[in-house]
Amino acid sequence: MATTSDSLLKRQPEVIEKAVIRFCGDSGDGMQITGSQFTNTVALYGNDLATFPDFPAEIRAPAGTLPGVSGFQVQFSSSDVYTPGDSVDALIAMNPAALKMNLTDLKPNGILIVNLDNFEEMDLRKAQMTSNPLEDHSLDGYRVFKIELAKLTRAALKELGLDAKSSDRCKNFFALGMCYWLYNRSMDHTLRWLDEKFKGKPSLARANHLAMQAGYSYCEATEAFQITYEIPPAKLKPGTYRNISGNSALAIGFVAASQQAGIPLFLGSYPITPASDILHELSSYKDFGVMTFQAEDEIAAITSAIGAAYAGALGITTTSGPGMALKTEALGLAVAVELPLVVCDIQRGGPSTGLPTKTEQADLLQALFGRNSEAPIPVLAPSSPGDCFWIALEASRIAIKYMVPVIILSDGFLANGAEPWRIPSVSDLPEIPVHFETNPEGFQPYKRNPETLARPWAIPGTKGLEHRIGGIEKKDVTGNVNYEPLNHEHMVQLRAAKVQAVADDIPDAVPAGDPSGELLIVAWGSTHGPITAAVSTQRAKGRRIGHVHLRHLNPLPRNLGDVLQRYDKILVPEMNMGQLVMVLRARYLVDAQGYNKIQGKPFKQSEIENKIEEILG
Amino acid sequence: MATDTLPVYTKKDFQTDQEIRWCPGCGDYAILSAVQSVFAELGIAREKFAVISGIGCSSRFPYYMNTFGFHTIHGRAPAIATGVKLVQPDLDVWVITGDGDSLSIGGNHTIHMLRRNVGLKVLMFNNRIYGLTKGQYSPTSEVGKKAKSTPYGSLDRPFNPLSLALGAEATFIARSVDVFQQHLKETLKKVAAHKGSAYTEILQNCNIFNDGAWAGLTERDARSEHIVQLEHGKALIFGKNRDKGIRMNGLELEVVALGNGISEKDLLVHDEKNPNASYAFALSRMHTLPGFPTPIGVFRAIEAPCYETLIAAQIREVQERRGKGDLGKLLHAGDTWEVRA
Repeated sequence: MATTSDSLLKRQPEVIEKAVIRFCGDSGDGMQITGSQFTNTVALYGNDLATFPDFPAEIRAPAGTLPGVSGFQVQFSSSDVYTPGDSVDALIAMNPAALKMNLTDLKPNGILIVNLDNFEEMDLRKAQMTSNPLEDHSLDGYRVFKIELAKLTRAALKELGLDAKSSDRCKNFFALGMCYWLYNRSMDHTLRWLDEKFKGKPSLARANHLAMQAGYSYCEATEAFQITYEIPPAKLKPGTYRNISGNSALAIGFVAASQQAGIPLFLGSYPITPASDILHELSSYKDFGVMTFQAEDEIAAITSAIGAAYAGALGITTTSGPGMALKTEALGLAVAVELPLVVCDIQRGGPSTGLPTKTEQADLLQALFGRNSEAPIPVLAPSSPGDCFWIALEASRIAIKYMVPVIILSDGFLANGAEPWRIPSVSDLPEIPVHFETNPEGFQPYKRNPETLARPWAIPGTKGLEHRIGGIEKKDVTGNVNYEPLNHEHMVQLRAAKVQAVADDIPDAVPAGDPSGELLIVAWGSTHGPITAAVSTQRAKGRRIGHVHLRHLNPLPRNLGDVLQRYDKILVPEMNMGQLVMVLRARYLVDAQGYNKIQGKPFKQSEIENKIEEILG
Repeated sequence: MATDTLPVYTKKDFQTDQEIRWCPGCGDYAILSAVQSVFAELGIAREKFAVISGIGCSSRFPYYMNTFGFHTIHGRAPAIATGVKLVQPDLDVWVITGDGDSLSIGGNHTIHMLRRNVGLKVLMFNNRIYGLTKGQYSPTSEVGKKAKSTPYGSLDRPFNPLSLALGAEATFIARSVDVFQQHLKETLKKVAAHKGSAYTEILQNCNIFNDGAWAGLTERDARSEHIVQLEHGKALIFGKNRDKGIRMNGLELEVVALGNGISEKDLLVHDEKNPNASYAFALSRMHTLPGFPTPIGVFRAIEAPCYETLIAAQIREVQERRGKGDLGKLLHAGDTWEVRA
């Protein structure tokens, strides 16, 4: 027990560069909220960060069991952060199941806070544990803090006269209060958030206030932690920042695209994990005139968006792999009738239902080739949660300029993961010019712009432009139904040439790191973080490595073939069985090798580094 | 647009220069002709029409209509047309479909369009067969249908299209026949006048794969005996000598001979505005009962809010309450912080 004079003077915290903290517990323990609150607080303080929410597909698996464990990890730092962190400095485990599922990621001598109230024999049995880890010395390598989270929370809320169940629901905020104390963070943001969240239920706001403050005071009073930590703000590029997830960035990116284009946004969507949040968010933006249509199925979702595009809106649809499969035929129609459309595939583990809440990158070949006949489509992939905003604008720009459907491949990791995002000013956003054809003079529905090969966008209601389009092959220029062999070949080539023309309109591939050297890593999508971190560390050790992270997967940057020649070896890490590597090998005849992880989890920095060391010796 | 600036259209204004590729003798020709005539009379600017179809013989229709036209994919026309109507509610959007397109592959879109009451005018050509795929039985074929895929006869029960539409909360259902040109045109005008989803079954003859499917109704001698015309506010009378009628007996329909104490005032008087769907439902089942005629005309035409109006109103209401969206504010929503140089 500390002396009185000690506790009056809070000890100077130890200043460290970065920390990784993970909250884990039952799906019903509020771990996602706890993690998000911690994240927003450190973000507001100015740390760089990356998060990894990881939760089961089941809404509430039986309490205390292994399948019900939900976790939220955040890395925050005073320097650049590229990943949520390979291993964890502080683990908060609300029950034995959470402990069992997460302990392997805790660093030696790491901080482990466990909820002592949940380690009865019954709890251990639910977690399929034969002995109590709190007693069998299996945790000896860690700094363990056994806290009676439920009992202490009940004591703190005594004055409110809540029943045990209601007060137990606040124990995550007790734990959050402890973490704020441990990392010297103010509770102000979360207190404000609670007031806002429970505006209509002040007693709940009060209960959570008290629980969090009790957790904070508990640490202060008991000196539970001998050391506390301070992580100074990061030196981010100057500007105004907010924290943003990939799905949220896509949603506001499409609103921005519709504003920049000056046409209404129409989303046709059918709920599917992990894409539904885009539908939820866009449905609230009616003040921007956004029209959201929760369709009867995935097919109606995309076809209603095609209809909207035909009528002159920015038509988009959002889905994940199984929904993507259902949209295939309609995508072919959009290719044939040459209307602008953006399709977002928030990839998850498959095949079939697969791993609905876990991440994967295995829809690339589906996006590139998964349609009957020759039906090329531009494909884009964001590389971070914040980049989703820019990808939404870029996809909309290409779709409208070239009159073509465009696919965005995001994934579960980007969708739910968050990072600080430097807010652009509206004047910095790209222009998206829209030209609706109005002149009947010489109008032909398939007469093309010689530069972009786009056909005119002639929307119903325009006098003198009455014309017919459809999925049947058309005569070049007139668009009349036509089955002539040479016309068909010509049209197939025109549609392909139009998509290829996009390559003149996108940036060259510029490798990060060394412009030539021993190894080039080529990748796409959410692997950007761990690869960037790994390349940076390995280059510091003297290796000459370049990293090309492709945002445009079809067409590929014009200079990519040249870039590939500048390195001795090429490595393509992907969360699939080797899809981009197949494309690169086929297209450029290079000896690129794949590095594949198909576990529903993002790569760790260390995994990429180990692979680099294995290749370079 | 003021109507006085509208050109005076004739049927010819709605014809295209495209060669029509239906089989000679197909019932679709008659329907096309009726639609072109009626469009010319509706007082709607030609560019305000969008004719949207799925796949099948009937779905080639848009190519022959000099309006905006979209020949889409199998079964999906109602969903595509919904997108069109929501974005441009002032367009007159017509969906051309068939028994396979609307009730088999597109059944889901059909029922959801109807329950939402999207302002689309659906013409469902029912020939009880798959024509374009060359003669398989359809979801409206009678049990025991011998067709290419059912050499020993089909086993599954058919849909009753109008009963199905009512079950999906349809606000307007009607039936007409390809060869009854005058009736068809009058029905199409009523379709055009309806706000909300208008679902119309047009009995159509496929003279190649299912010739005579409706002969029992269309042959000159049979017509008056086997058809009863529904007219709002008028009694249900039929028969060559207009000597038979339909009356309600409890909850059952009954065919009665007029005379012998039974007069017109005992008969059922058609009320297309009847809010109770059970009435129209009973009419939709009538022809399946032995000895009963097949009703044609408008079964039901009730007023209900249209989806496109509700969506637009909700957006307007939010914009009035919150003001029009400001992109700069949206980008800065939530907690933000400054990083200084």
